[in-house]
Amino acid sequence: MGLLAFIAQEIDPNNPFASWVNPDATGLTGAQFRGLIISGIAQGAMYGLIALGYSMVYGILGFINFAHGEVFMVGAMTGMIASNKLADAGLWETNFIGSLLIVMLLSVLVCSLTAVVMEKVAYRPLRNTPRLIPLITSIGVSFFLQNASIVLLGPSAKSYPEMPDWLKDQYTFLGISGARLLVIFAAAASMAVLWYYVENTKNGKAMRAVAEDAEIAALMGINVNRTIVKVFALGGAMAGMAGILWGVLFRSVIHSMGFLPGIKAFSAAVVGGIGHLGGAMTGGLSIGMAESVGPLMILEPLGVNGVSQLRDAVAFAMLIVMLLLRPSGIFDERLPAEDRT
Amino acid sequence: MTTIPPRPTFTQDWLRIARMGGIAAVGQTFIALSNMPVRLDERLLIKPILSMGYLILIVLPFAVGYRYGHQIKREGMPTFTPSMYEVLGGALSGALAGGGLSLLAVLLRHFDLRDPLVNWSPILLNLLTFGNATWFAVIIWIVIGTGTGAAGGLLRLLGPRAYRTAISVAITVASAAVLESLIVDIAKGLGLENLTDRLYASRGGIEWLSAIVLAVASGTLGVLGRGRFRQAKTQLSQLEGTARTQANAALIALTLAALIVLPLFAGKLTNELLANVGIFVLLALGLNIVVGLAGILDLGYVAFFAVGTYTAAVLTAATSPRISPEMPWLLALIFVVVITGLVGLFIGAPVIRMRGDYLAIVTLGFGEIIRLLFLSDWLSGWFNGAQGLVQIPPANIFGLTEIGGTEPRRVFYLVLAFCALAIYVSWRLERSRLGRAWMAVREDETVAEAMGINTVNIKLMAFVVGAMLGSFSGAIVAVKVGSVFPSSFLIVVSMVILVVVIFGGMGNIVGVIAGAAVLIGVLGGPRQPGLLAEFSEFKLLIYGALLIWMMLARPEGLIPSMRRSRELHQHEITQDAWLKN
Repeated sequence: MGLLAFIAQEIDPNNPFASWVNPDATGLTGAQFRGLIISGIAQGAMYGLIALGYSMVYGILGFINFAHGEVFMVGAMTGMIASNKLADAGLWETNFIGSLLIVMLLSVLVCSLTAVVMEKVAYRPLRNTPRLIPLITSIGVSFFLQNASIVLLGPSAKSYPEMPDWLKDQYTFLGISGARLLVIFAAAASMAVLWYYVENTKNGKAMRAVAEDAEIAALMGINVNRTIVKVFALGGAMAGMAGILWGVLFRSVIHSMGFLPGIKAFSAAVVGGIGHLGGAMTGGLSIGMAESVGPLMILEPLGVNGVSQLRDAVAFAMLIVMLLLRPSGIFDERLPAEDRT
Repeated sequence: MTTIPPRPTFTQDWLRIARMGGIAAVGQTFIALSNMPVRLDERLLIKPILSMGYLILIVLPFAVGYRYGHQIKREGMPTFTPSMYEVLGGALSGALAGGGLSLLAVLLRHFDLRDPLVNWSPILLNLLTFGNATWFAVIIWIVIGTGTGAAGGLLRLLGPRAYRTAISVAITVASAAVLESLIVDIAKGLGLENLTDRLYASRGGIEWLSAIVLAVASGTLGVLGRGRFRQAKTQLSQLEGTARTQANAALIALTLAALIVLPLFAGKLTNELLANVGIFVLLALGLNIVVGLAGILDLGYVAFFAVGTYTAAVLTAATSPRISPEMPWLLALIFVVVITGLVGLFIGAPVIRMRGDYLAIVTLGFGEIIRLLFLSDWLSGWFNGAQGLVQIPPANIFGLTEIGGTEPRRVFYLVLAFCALAIYVSWRLERSRLGRAWMAVREDETVAEAMGINTVNIKLMAFVVGAMLGSFSGAIVAVKVGSVFPSSFLIVVSMVILVVVIFGGMGNIVGVIAGAAVLIGVLGGPRQPGLLAEFSEFKLLIYGALLIWMMLARPEGLIPSMRRSRELHQHEITQDAWLKN
C-alpha cells in the first residue's frame, strides 16, 4: 500500500489516489476524506432504502417499477408540507424529535398509499402481459406523478423548515455531522424493521413464498394479490422514509428530485443483486460511496476537469459495468419463477 | 341467445355508483386544483356557452355516467338490456362527481390552503361559483354533474349507434374548435375569410349557431354515411396485386400533393407547427424501428438526437471551438449520419445482450450521460458546455435555396423531404429480410434464434438504424433553431417520442405519423407549442396519463399494426379459441 501511495505521489503529488491509500500524504486531508466517505454512506443509505422498493417489486412481479423514484418524491413533498405546518404551529422548534416522528409517520403512510393505488390502477390489470408493458406504464405513472406535483404544488423548489442546531454541519459527533448520523441511524433502523418483518412474520413469509413462485404460493392458500399490495406498501414506506431523510439532509425539495435518486437506487438494486434485501442496502452504499469519492479519485487523476459535474455519470457507469460483468449482482439475484433462465 | 331481462334489482348497484362517483369526484378535485380550468377558461370553444376550462370539468361526470352502464360479458352469465336504470345510475354517479366540485367550492370559501396548494385561489372559487354565492356553486355543480351523467347513461341506453354518432359529432365540433387557428390561417391564404368569419367568433371560439349547424351536419352525415367508410376501407384492403399498388400509390400521391401545396397558403405559424410535427415524425419513425419493429425499449433515444444536432452544429457553425473549416450543411449531413451511427454502435454493442428491461434503464442512463458530457467543462473545448453553440448558418441546398429558422416554410419542405425518405426506408425495411428478422426477435427471441437469426447482430442493427434516422432530425433542428444547448436534450424528449410512438401504434408507420400529428400538433412537443398553447403547462401531465391509459386500454395504439396487436392480445385470442371449442 505504501508503495502504491508512493507511486501515485510520484506521478502526481496531488493525486487523490495517494491520499486514499495514505490519507495524510497529499491532496485531500484525512478529515476531508472521512467527510466524503461519511456523506457517501449517508447518501447510499437513502439509495438503499429506495432500492428496497425496486428490488422487492422486481423480485415478485419481475418488472421495473419506474415510478418508484416518484414515490420517494411524494414522500419528501409530504414531509415538506407537514414539517412546515408543524413549524408554523411552533411544534417543530419546541419538540423536534416528536414532530419529526409525526412527519415520518405521515410521509410513510402517504407513500404507502400512493404505491398501493399505483399498483391497483396501473399494474394489476397488466399482471400477465409481456414485461415491457408494465415498464412503459410505470414510465407513464412517473411522468404523471412528477407533473401532478408541478401543477398542484408549483414548479419552484421548496424547503424544509430550519433544522435544530445539532443537525447543522458545524456540530459533529466523532467527526460525523449530526444530520448524516441521523440519516444513517434512521435508515439502519428502518432496514432492521423491514428485515424483521420479511424474515420473521407470517406476512413476510408469504412475501417470500410469492417471490419464490406465485402460483404455488396461491395453491398453498396465500392471497397473492393481497401480498403484492403489501409489498408495494412496504416499498412505498421505505421510499417515504428516504424522502424525509433527504429533506432533513438537504432541506430543499423539488418535483424532479425523484428521477436521479430513483435511477441510482435501481442501479443499487441491480448492483446488490435484485430481489435481495441485503443486496439492495449493500448496492445503495456502494453507489453512494462511488459517486461521492469516485469523481475525485478516479476521474480527476485521469485528467478530467470539472469532475463534480460528472457525479451522476458515475452511478450510471457503475450500473453499466456491473450489468456487463456480473448481471446477477454482488449477491445472487432472486427472480420470480418464470423469469429464471 | 336467450332473452335478456333488464337488470333485476337496483339495490345492488349502490356500491358501484358510490365507487365510480367517488373516484370521479377525486379526479374532478384534482383537475380543478391543477389550475387547468382557470388557465383554459380563456379559450372559448363555443361562444358564448362553453370554454375549454368548463369542458374539462364536465368530461369526467359524463364519462362515469357512460361507464356506469358498462357490463363485462362473462361466459355463462346473463348480460342485461340497458334500461332506465342506466340513466338513473349514470345521473347519480355524475351527481357525486359534480358534488366533488361543490365540496371544493365550500372548502375554498372557508379555508385557506394556499400554502401547499398553489392554485387554491379566489379565481378558482369564482370560476366554480360563476361569480355567485357559494350555495349557487354547490347546487349548480350537482345539477351539471347529474345532467352530464344522465346524458352519458342515456347514450348507453340508446346503444352503440347513438354512441358512435354522438362521438363523431363531438369530434367534428371539437376539432373545428381546436384547429381554429390552423383553419383560419389556411382560409386566409386561400382567400376564404368570409367563411371562417362566419364560423368563428372574432375573439376565438365557434359561434354557437355555427356549432349547431356543424353538429347537425356531421350527425346527418354520420347517419347517412354509416358503414360507407368502413366499406371503402375493406374494399381497399381486399384489393390485390396491381390494383392495390395503384390505389396505394394514388393515396400517397394525394397526401403528398396536399402536403406540398398546403404550406404555400399557410402563414408562418402554421408552417412552424408543421415543421415541428415533421421533426417529431422523423424522430418517432426512428424510434419506431427500435421499439416497434425490433421490440427494444430505448429510453435514451434523445442521445442520438443530441449527437445529430451537436455534430451538425460543430461542423457547420463558425463559433464551434475546435473545428475551424466550416462545412456546408449537406456535406456535414454525411458526417452526422455516420457519427451518430457509430455512437449507436458504440452504445449498443456492449449492452444489447442485456434483458429487455435492464436495457431500457441502461439506455436511459446513456441518454443522460451524453447530455452530461455535452454540458461538462471537460468537453467544453468541443461543445462549449452550458453556453452551447450559437449562430449555426442556414443550410445551403446545392446553391438553390437557403434554409434557416426564419423561413419556416422552407424548413417544412426540408423536413418533408427527409420524412419521405424515412418513411420509404422504414417501409422497405419492414418488408425486408431484416425487418422480418426484427419482428421475429420481437415476438420471441428464443424461437428467432432457433430459426437461425443472429439475434444480437439483428438487434444491434435496429439500434444503429434507429439512431441514424434520429440523427436527421437533429441536423434539421440545428439549422432550424440556429443554436444548440444541452438543456434541449433532457430525458423528457425521449419520453415524449416514446409516447408518440405508443399512442400512434407501435410498429405501424401510418400510426406513428398520426400519433405525432395529433400529439405534437395539438398539445405540442417538450418545448414546442402546439395548437392548444394554453395546454403547455399541462401537456406532460396529459402525456403521462395518456401513456398509462393507452397501455391499459389499447396497448396497440391508435392505428395498430396488425401483427403487433395480435401479439398483444394473444391471451384473449387463445381464450376465445378455447371457449369456441
